[in-house]
Amino acid sequence: QLLLFRLTVKRPFSTSRSSVDPNEIKKFQFLAQKWWDEEGEYSALHSMNDIRVPFIRDTLLNMSSNYHLGSPLSGVKILDVGCGGGLLSEPLGRLGASVTGIDPLEDNIRTADQHKSFDPVLAQRIQYKCSSLEEIVEESMETFDVIVASEVVEHVADLEMFIKCCSQVLKPAGSLFITTINRTQLSYVLGIVVAEKILGTVPEGTHEWEKFVPPEDLERLLESNDFSVKTVNGMLYNPLWGSWSWTESTSINYAMHAVKSGVQGQSSPTDAPSETESRQHSATAGTAM
Amino acid sequence: TSAAMAAVCCRELLAPFGGWLLAGQRAPFLFRSRSAAAAAAAAEPLYDVVVSGGGMVGSAMAAVLGHDIHFHDKKIALLEAGPRKEYNHVPDTYSNRVSSISPGSATLLSSFGAWDHVCSLRLKPFQRMQVWDACSEAMIVFEKDDLNDMGYIVENDVIMSALTKQLDAVADRVEVFYGSRAVGYTWPLPSHICGTSPWVQIELADGRRLQTKLLIGADGHNSVVRKEAEIKNIEHQYDQSAVVATLHLSEATNNNVAWQRFLPTGPIALLPLSDTASSLVWSTSHEHASELLTMDEESFVDSINSAFWSNVNHSDFIDTAGAMFRSALSFLRPSGSAVRQLPPSVAKVDPESRAMFPLGMGHATEYVQHRVALIGDAAHRVHPLAGQGVNLGFGDIACLAHHLSAAAFNGNDLGSLKHLLKFETERQRHNVSLIAAIDVLKRLYSTKLAPLVLLRTWGLQATNALPPVK
Repeated sequence: QLLLFRLTVKRPFSTSRSSVDPNEIKKFQFLAQKWWDEEGEYSALHSMNDIRVPFIRDTLLNMSSNYHLGSPLSGVKILDVGCGGGLLSEPLGRLGASVTGIDPLEDNIRTADQHKSFDPVLAQRIQYKCSSLEEIVEESMETFDVIVASEVVEHVADLEMFIKCCSQVLKPAGSLFITTINRTQLSYVLGIVVAEKILGTVPEGTHEWEKFVPPEDLERLLESNDFSVKTVNGMLYNPLWGSWSWTESTSINYAMHAVKSGVQGQSSPTDAPSETESRQHSATAGTAM
Repeated sequence: TSAAMAAVCCRELLAPFGGWLLAGQRAPFLFRSRSAAAAAAAAEPLYDVVVSGGGMVGSAMAAVLGHDIHFHDKKIALLEAGPRKEYNHVPDTYSNRVSSISPGSATLLSSFGAWDHVCSLRLKPFQRMQVWDACSEAMIVFEKDDLNDMGYIVENDVIMSALTKQLDAVADRVEVFYGSRAVGYTWPLPSHICGTSPWVQIELADGRRLQTKLLIGADGHNSVVRKEAEIKNIEHQYDQSAVVATLHLSEATNNNVAWQRFLPTGPIALLPLSDTASSLVWSTSHEHASELLTMDEESFVDSINSAFWSNVNHSDFIDTAGAMFRSALSFLRPSGSAVRQLPPSVAKVDPESRAMFPLGMGHATEYVQHRVALIGDAAHRVHPLAGQGVNLGFGDIACLAHHLSAAAFNGNDLGSLKHLLKFETERQRHNVSLIAAIDVLKRLYSTKLAPLVLLRTWGLQATNALPPVK
């Protein structure tokens, strides 16, 4: 049986220098069918779309001068890393973007493919590949305008390599959007104990506190790898209403927007990593509809 | 369907164990069902929104979405059983079906350019509404402080013509199916059960099939969408019918007042159409309504004038009690009572313009379900005494369009209950109290019993004198 299992999920397991952690894969295998139940195990990720999609959309609209409100992301090529069942790829596709969703778990890709297959517009705009980030680097050098890595970096084995790969597949001056969880006492209490063990907001065992990423560390890694961090926003989940909101504090969840250095010189990559003045900490207020 | 559900559930339960089955055995099954499903889906056109019912509310809904910037690349369909209704210039005679359009509804209609067409065709603004009792002298007058228009009396055909024009303007986005009736709806299973189409399937009478991500039911108080979705409807047939007719006044007047008198048998209303013509809406018992329709034109006109002018239902007791209360009020609030005006008298009725239709009240317990929303009379049906029916429908449209527009701009699945429930909550909060109030008013004014007449007399006088209550 183990042999069969390895046969069907053989591809994602490349060398030990992969950013994919095999233990993480096992965790998500069982829940591969549950992605699209809006009230099920992944309900918090579904409702996270209410803030992460406008965040991505408005940040990109603010940076662009040529767009149509009817199809705001038309012409934008997005890579959704760790796309899972396609929860974030689909809204981005509906807004007009060409999305490539990658995930190391075959079952996730299967679920995602099947879900989009019924909508001819999405079926055409979104392509899913069962792959890790490293595996697509060679064929996708500087291909994407935007990379989205939402709720992913807390699961990767080698974060620095992950970021380097992001830089390689991003066009110059391209955008990287990350949402993840901070490593604090508060995130342990609320993010693991309450969310997983008490309320069941997150399936138990999904997260390991040791792998949570403090925003300072993430910023430092990004800045030293050719990125300029533009925005850091705290996110807060309200389990009563099942809804997310922006917040000042990045103690638990947070979102980050960084821009790869480019020919147009969006920003100087020589900013000191601990500089806070040059960055906007304001949430995308006023864009919530 | 329960057998199908069981089969699908079994498939869902076994899916995580897929790795344990032989890969070869499993793949063809999945491949077949996925491509079969996708192939079937490709055969029938898929719309983002289908509006079932092309009356004033359904057509306006389709037009509002068609003109919404965030629906720029979406596909909308409107299903209407009747033929296309449009005219370039109004006929000489007035239609006997008119609506009182509130300023809010006028704002909605102008947001997508339909109000301009209405204005270029025909409408009558009014600045004042006088409502009084047949059993007493009690009266209430509504008018805006700045003497702006309180509302507009517009023929339903005029509104339909304006809506048709604006639908034409967005024909690349909105496809209108005239002469098309939906005969069957197939609802999707919850979307996390894979393998089946997640869309609503619609079958038309001519055999054509459509699919849609969101079905909006605007098909009137006998809504098929509501029935097929098994949404419970609280309904009650009133023992009244409304008689409508187009009337010509005895003399030309500055006809900018809407009149309504509550008779024990039901309210009679005169709605201005022009300086010489008004539209009649007379809610009365079924028998009296039939009589009114069959009697000769002269008797008909006499009945109307008598209904507005006669004081036969007054009693001395009520008159005295009412007068006492009025002097008490004018002592407390000297400016509290408005001047009583006299309604115009009617000289003639347009031949062929008399018609009647039964009245009832209805309210759907739910306005929405997964991939379904109800608007207009399909969701709520009221007595015409408050002139609110179509305005409630336009209010539904404004609210639903707002939520759908936001959902589209967020890349959401348009049929998702999340934003549909927000629409339902907002509208139910607004509608339920109004619908209940109209029903209460109807019952309160349907009696000659002295205590209730006294209650409503004093109530009306007090309301007239106290602006906050008004």
